[in-house]
Amino acid sequence: MQADASPSGHHLVELKGISKRYGDLLANDRIDLAIEPGEIHALLGENGAGKSTLVKILYGVIEPTEGEILWEGRPVAIGSPVEARALGIGMVFQHFSLFDELTVAENIAVALSDDWSLATVRSRLGDISRAYGLALEPDRAVWTLSAGERQRIEIVRCLLQNPRLLILDEPTSVLTPQEAEHLFVTLDKLSADGCSILYISHKLEEVRRLCRRATILRAGRVVGTIDPRARSAREIAALMVGNEVGEVRSGTPHVPQGEMLRVADLTMAPGGLHGQALKHINLVASAGEIVGIAGVAGNGQSELFAALSGERLADRADAIAIAGKGCGTVGVDGRRRLGAAFVPEERLGHAAAPTHRLSENTLISHAAAEVSHSGFILVNAAKRLAGAIVKSFDVRTPEADPQARKLSGGNLQKFVIGREIIRRPRLLIVDQPTWGVDAGAARLIRQALVDLASEGSAVVVVSQDLDELFEVADRMAVIHQGELSALKPINEWTKEAVGLEMLGVSQSQGAAHAV
Amino acid sequence: MTTFEAILLTIVTASTPLLIAALGELVTERSGVLNLGVEGMMAMGAACSFAAAVTFDSTLLGVLAGILAGTFMAALFGLVVLGFAANQVGSGLALTILGLGLAGLIGAPFVGARRNPIAPLDIPVLSDLPVVGRLFFEQDLFVYGSILLTIAVAVYLNRTRVGLMLRSIGENHGSAHGLGLPVLRTRFLAILFGGACAGLAGAYLSLVYTRFWSPGMTAGRGWIALALVVFAAWRPGWALVGAYIFGAATVLQLHAQAAQFGVPSQALSAVPYLATILALLLLSIRRGRAIGAPGSLGLPFVPDR
Repeated sequence: MQADASPSGHHLVELKGISKRYGDLLANDRIDLAIEPGEIHALLGENGAGKSTLVKILYGVIEPTEGEILWEGRPVAIGSPVEARALGIGMVFQHFSLFDELTVAENIAVALSDDWSLATVRSRLGDISRAYGLALEPDRAVWTLSAGERQRIEIVRCLLQNPRLLILDEPTSVLTPQEAEHLFVTLDKLSADGCSILYISHKLEEVRRLCRRATILRAGRVVGTIDPRARSAREIAALMVGNEVGEVRSGTPHVPQGEMLRVADLTMAPGGLHGQALKHINLVASAGEIVGIAGVAGNGQSELFAALSGERLADRADAIAIAGKGCGTVGVDGRRRLGAAFVPEERLGHAAAPTHRLSENTLISHAAAEVSHSGFILVNAAKRLAGAIVKSFDVRTPEADPQARKLSGGNLQKFVIGREIIRRPRLLIVDQPTWGVDAGAARLIRQALVDLASEGSAVVVVSQDLDELFEVADRMAVIHQGELSALKPINEWTKEAVGLEMLGVSQSQGAAHAV
Repeated sequence: MTTFEAILLTIVTASTPLLIAALGELVTERSGVLNLGVEGMMAMGAACSFAAAVTFDSTLLGVLAGILAGTFMAALFGLVVLGFAANQVGSGLALTILGLGLAGLIGAPFVGARRNPIAPLDIPVLSDLPVVGRLFFEQDLFVYGSILLTIAVAVYLNRTRVGLMLRSIGENHGSAHGLGLPVLRTRFLAILFGGACAGLAGAYLSLVYTRFWSPGMTAGRGWIALALVVFAAWRPGWALVGAYIFGAATVLQLHAQAAQFGVPSQALSAVPYLATILALLLLSIRRGRAIGAPGSLGLPFVPDR
């Protein structure tokens, strides 16, 4: 199964000197990569290292600027995904390429060639589901399904075409630990059946669990092909990031003091068509601690954030209390005046106005404070404030006071978090603080959160990244379908227990409403 | 023929152009493109078909000219919103203004000309049935055509592979492109179909409904067709129901005016348009249950290659 080359002596696929240029940016720089039949090959790298660009080239979505692709030793030009599929390449996208309003069977049929009818899709769906343990109901609409089920659709869609090479782009980023383990078993089985797998990830543990060979990308270049089981996690991380990544210092131990946030029996109807209702949420965060909220995306995190920040109002004032004052019916600005600060998940367009300069963006959350006076903007004060944030949070800007959209994701995230922290809020609520951010920026942001709590503020972190929560949180709860589990000290949680709560299999049902 | 029968017959005639135009726009919108130029394409269809029919003394050539004129206008729109990824709302409004103006220019020499009514399709025996006979079995070809078109569009969207592709593209063009579906080509064809339907609806107006041409004769029917698509929740069957409701509103207000209810005639003329607004309002209230708009509706698509 782990042969070095196919019987014909060729690699299954070989990329030679692949480059992709976007204006001044070299997303891929002369990349060489070879995949053997039946191998699970990892493609490792930070966000922005060029992994997604490379696999899109291999799948025919993007055209390379230069370079050559050999399929079983033959040079091929892959002009479109249809041609890629004809060769035997299947791909499972990071952001699923599914159609929410269509059914499972329709989603599969639309990607297959003409000779597939909906009826054959249905019957073959049953066969594949049984063979690989991928249970799916053909007539359910996709928007009713969980992330794990959606991913199964993508995988089944590929498998129906008998692929020789299956590409998975960050497949576990939306899965619970149990769903991820289920996926690994499926992949092992596929590999044993002779299908090659190109597995893209930035999570070392799963790469070590699955792969014997890993190609590491950094800033668009291959920096090495290694056996991930033979190297330490630290060594591999250093290769990926380019320098040693430090760990977050805990500083002074966090001692919870006065209560800063109390949520009492908060219930709220879903906001949109496919939204999630909040059901009887109870939560307390005290000064000097970090409270983590874990959960799989779409289980009510954004609704909870909107309720806490005041973007959506509760029907009773005492549903939410900040620093002892009931403010459930008070909007965002009123809550800020009580000493709270908020960082929403979406940084561009929600936390910051894309075409406004950083100095103008400080006004979004500092309006009442030092940057405006009787309705007029104090331009110089705003510029000084933006400069101070840029300096103390190591925001790398392409020019002085640029538009927010010109910053990379990590730098903009440092800016919007810095903008709130620099006000020294008594309570900070942040949604997905390091989503899609490189390791260096993530470390800086987590450190800032830990330091803020050490200085006596209460911090609530909503995150899908379990490793992050285990690193920074003092107490943690899990949200599942709008219900919050019991809030327990972090050392009383195990990853397995969190995973079970994420799936809604709670052993502490009775304790769910206790605080 | 009783008055009641006559009213029913005129309702059918008033509803048919609405239905044809709405079906075309429905397919365009299901592919993810919002074309607000229906009114303009319809006006062009009405003017060109009437001009051709009078010039060549042929209804068939007139209808073909109407369809061609609508398609040509749609092709212009497609070029702008697909080729140059221009804003669809702005381009659609511009198309309406352009269409109304051009139609006035083309139609000007034909103001005052008249065409004879076209013969209805008389189905023997059945058409002699009381009441329903003439209503169901003695209509012109367009009426039967529009019903067949409704069925064809429904089958196309829900039962064929190409229809599934079109719906997928309208739902999420990014994913569709990632799967290798031809986003721009499908959308262009859908826009052309919308234009052809609007042109045909215009031809029906000037050749069958009024049988003369006057500037502004489309009188907002393109906008009603657009509202119908929303009212129908992007489903062909509901477009048929909606078209007949609006057609009935148009005809009944005329009879109400004739009956001298003591309500100002201007207020009665506004009834179909008020009904449009009311329908949209009711629909947005019960939106939770209806299927929503196609996910990518109105968004420009630029493939990253």
